[in-house]
Amino acid sequence: MDFLNALVVFLNFVFIPAAAYGAQLALGALGVTLIYGILRFSNFAHGDTMAFGTATVILLTWGLQAIGITAGPLPTALIALPFGIALTALLVLGTDRAVYKFYRRQKAAPIILVMASVGVMFVMNGLTRLLIGVDEYRFDDGARFIMDVRTFREMTGLPEGLALRSTQALTLVVAVIVVVVLFWFLNRTKSGKAMRAYSDNEDLALLSGIDPERVVRLTWIIAAGLATIAGTLYGLDKSFKAFNYFQILLPIFAAAIVGGLGNPVGAIAGGFLVAFSEVAVTYPWVKVVGYLAPWYEPGGLMQLLGTEYKFAVSFVILIVVLLFRPTGLFRGKSV
Amino acid sequence: MRKLLLATAAGALMAGAAGAEDIKLGISLGFTGPLESLAPAMQQGAEMAMKEVSESGLLLDGTTVTPVTGDSTCIDAAAATATVERLIASEGVKGIIGGMCSGETIASLENVAKANGIVMISPSATSPALSTIEDDGLFFRTSPSDARQGEVMADILMERGVETVAVTYTNNDYGKGLADSFEAAYEEKGGTVTVNSAHDDGKADYSAEVAALAAAGGDALVVAGYVDQGGSGVVRAALDTGAFDTFVFPDGMVGTALETNFGTEIDGSFGQNPAAEGEGRDKYLSMAEEAGFDGSGAFSAEAYDAAALIMLAMAKAGSTDPASYKGSIMDVANEPGEKILPGELSKALEIINGGGDVDYVGATAVEMVGAGESAGSYREIQFTDGKIEVVGYR
Repeated sequence: MDFLNALVVFLNFVFIPAAAYGAQLALGALGVTLIYGILRFSNFAHGDTMAFGTATVILLTWGLQAIGITAGPLPTALIALPFGIALTALLVLGTDRAVYKFYRRQKAAPIILVMASVGVMFVMNGLTRLLIGVDEYRFDDGARFIMDVRTFREMTGLPEGLALRSTQALTLVVAVIVVVVLFWFLNRTKSGKAMRAYSDNEDLALLSGIDPERVVRLTWIIAAGLATIAGTLYGLDKSFKAFNYFQILLPIFAAAIVGGLGNPVGAIAGGFLVAFSEVAVTYPWVKVVGYLAPWYEPGGLMQLLGTEYKFAVSFVILIVVLLFRPTGLFRGKSV
Repeated sequence: MRKLLLATAAGALMAGAAGAEDIKLGISLGFTGPLESLAPAMQQGAEMAMKEVSESGLLLDGTTVTPVTGDSTCIDAAAATATVERLIASEGVKGIIGGMCSGETIASLENVAKANGIVMISPSATSPALSTIEDDGLFFRTSPSDARQGEVMADILMERGVETVAVTYTNNDYGKGLADSFEAAYEEKGGTVTVNSAHDDGKADYSAEVAALAAAGGDALVVAGYVDQGGSGVVRAALDTGAFDTFVFPDGMVGTALETNFGTEIDGSFGQNPAAEGEGRDKYLSMAEEAGFDGSGAFSAEAYDAAALIMLAMAKAGSTDPASYKGSIMDVANEPGEKILPGELSKALEIINGGGDVDYVGATAVEMVGAGESAGSYREIQFTDGKIEVVGYR
């Protein structure tokens, strides 16, 4: 019984939140890693691409709700999502035309492209705020819970409760689907193979007749899709505020680098690693330990770091990996 | 330098002489910053009192009062200091209604007002630190100290039989001051605070903060935050994970936004916010409506009272010199004397000019205690069927 209580507390406060957060980070990190692998620069504008994508999805959701279309128990945002992706793809393709194409033709050093992406980041920052404003928005509708605390307590008779929000479950399901489709695309289709060839060796790819501009366009469209999906899931699960998408850039980069930049499997592993570390390091374990080892009285909260230091965890992981294994856990390209 | 000092002293003496003149009063409030939405109604409250006095023509043989506003920004102490410096040095104000937030008020009081000997009455700075500050008798406030709110909140909890609570506060002077004064008062009365931890405003997700609070446990969660900010986020995360289902809300959290955000989910939760009941408040609200603004805005009535107190004290002392009228503020605010409600400032001036005593009650039932701050009355509220219900005043 005590073991079950400990398990429920662990699931409720550590596992479920960290898994959902990890899936959101993983999707964001996939976009970053894809651009790094194929276009060969770290795209600092990725967080704000997520914000822009989410903002368009929110506006479309409001539109759909106004004309009476909803998705029943699921959030209406899911219907708006494909249109949001299309709009965001148009924006990033336009940005590529206007900014990055010039530097690519110049064969500019990656650091110049990185700096250009910082500029793009600020412009998108402003664009998102013009579009939707700086306030906090909640846009989840439909059923809020798959399992809420009260029902769980009544069902099991345990004193501890377990909640599973529908947005958390949705995040995990959508993330799995997206990852499966992405890997199928990269490994099985001709365009995917062309992208990987271009990533491995640009000159050889050119010689075998691969159209580089087409690969670049495809990469941006996929990155826009990943960014919009990750941003929308994050916003559904928590809430949308433009500034938070700027802050989430750090854990996303930590995830991509930990996994190995340019390596999609690494991005996913990195996302979950960063999320679980953040939650586990700032979680006070006193309650779990209290159930498992009732004879042991720790006298404190058994919390390694205050919750204020959550972001510091990503920094530490980032520094440790860069010092000891610069290519990341899954052997990406070195930074 | 000596010449300048002499000139200033001479100027002050001349200004202190009675006789019809036109004086200026400064209004230093956070017209930009995190409380910018409250500032306009406060300014209008203070200006309404000045207009009332000027039109009566009874202050010191027909002295008229003109407001001069300045932006204190609420969070930038340097900007607030510069604003108050400007009001005193280049506008020559005889007293200041302000500042708005505690940190900024402390800075401008210590750096400028004290050095120049100018009276400041703040309508809204509630930090306990201002009760004990060295102010040369120049600082007053028409709002109560948060130390008092901590006491009131502890009383309410003990009366309801809640003896262990977790506390989370917004990470600034207001949140920390309130949480600490509450913890001290509550533990003195025999309650236990399991954890007293900060949360930062403006984050997307408070599940980690709530996990820590839940691990510490408690019968209720005290949320000393802002309803439009992290406070609501904490409550949302606590409800979702089933960590707490009873909440205690101090003044920053009590607002209609709670009803729209949570509805019946927080039934049984309770709290308090400063609000006087009675005739004075009703009268102020209708006066404000006539003047075309919303008098029920937080601290608007307090601003009216702050301005009124300065002018009545001037009349009482027979001088517009802060050095002489600063001693009269407590006299006009407290008993004995005729009770004065808002809108009766001309009556008060008549009594004072005739040599009588007044006890200014005003819009917020002003009663000055200690070093010149409002004793403060609070409204106890409770959630029933998703609505805020007033259950009493204390």
